[in-house]
Amino acid sequence: MTLFEQLAFGVLLLSSLLCLFRISRGPTAPDRAVAIDILGTLVVGFCCIMALWTGREFYVNIAIAWALISFVATLALAKYLEGRPYDA
Amino acid sequence: MKWLMCLLLVFALWMLLFWEFSLSVLASGLFFALIVSTLLGDIFPDNLHSLFNPRRWFFLLLYLPYFLFYCVKANLDVALRVLHPDVPIHPGIVKVTTTLKTPLAKTALANSITLTPGTLTVDIDGQDLYVHWINVSGRDLETRSKLICGVFEPMLRRIFE
Amino acid sequence: MLESVFYWFIAVGLAFDLFGCIGLIRLPDVYNRAQAATKCVTLGTCLILTGLAGLAVTRGNGAMCVKALLCAAFILLTSPTGAHALVRGAYLSGLKLWEGSVEDAFADRAERIRNESSQPASPASPEEGVTHREEAETA
Repeated sequence: MTLFEQLAFGVLLLSSLLCLFRISRGPTAPDRAVAIDILGTLVVGFCCIMALWTGREFYVNIAIAWALISFVATLALAKYLEGRPYDA
Repeated sequence: MKWLMCLLLVFALWMLLFWEFSLSVLASGLFFALIVSTLLGDIFPDNLHSLFNPRRWFFLLLYLPYFLFYCVKANLDVALRVLHPDVPIHPGIVKVTTTLKTPLAKTALANSITLTPGTLTVDIDGQDLYVHWINVSGRDLETRSKLICGVFEPMLRRIFE
Repeated sequence: MLESVFYWFIAVGLAFDLFGCIGLIRLPDVYNRAQAATKCVTLGTCLILTGLAGLAVTRGNGAMCVKALLCAAFILLTSPTGAHALVRGAYLSGLKLWEGSVEDAFADRAERIRNESSQPASPASPEEGVTHREEAETA
């Protein structure tokens, strides 16, 4: 693992920690939903760095599947929010 | 027609994702493309066949760098606002109008607006777009429409209409 | 030489990811947060994927390049749509804009949408429901 990959993992971990902070402390449900959406996109970044590090292709397959599934999850969360008061 | 379009797109996607030519990949790709297009062919957009016009592809290729330039500019703007100690924002939801007609073009416009300077599309109602703007400027509907939509509308009209 | 360009792509993408997440913490309400985070993280992740695609080409791995570019296209299409749906859902759930906001043109339309969606959802009042059930039982 080169220095570049270590630093990349460090930055992505820091970003994910900020997202997790917003998920745990977010005052309302929509805050949490937005942070979950962002966390899903960050995981794609993690998969890319893993692919770069190991040189294996299947991490990119995981990234594609993750991107699509997190999009469906976001739409489901949004539909759920539409019919609910924001603090429920 | 729609069904055939859907089948071709799904099959092309399958081949790109596998990236190898063998009989088993071709056969399974055709099989799954058939299933998907019979199930989902109906919800495909109507005027998609017009996208196979090479002139539209030319403008789409032209649109990508143009869009990426505005996208990077927007990101630098937002990053500066976030890192600035006072967080200088004047947010609000404004209403703008577009002259684009087809649903596909309006969807592309809404997505482009979401990724460019400080604006996020909240809802579309006919020709009206409701946009959350991080730094509201301009007084009336026309200047705002020009500021937000005017950048992309001429290009998108050539691509999608 | 070419490799270092793609490494720079990845580095800039990582920086944008971090800025987006800082925005998620610092900005005052959901709408601003969704905006900053969606823009920066979408572009950041797309840049990482583009850099990965370029590095895959220089290492002679064509399949990985195509997959990474396809993934970037997916994210570029789906991320703004997801953010739009989330923000619309947040507004319709009754969450108000930040108190420093200048203008709110969506309030009337949101009210109309709420009324439209609540009417077909409750077609019969509770009394009617009871009478229907009683009729069914007597029949």
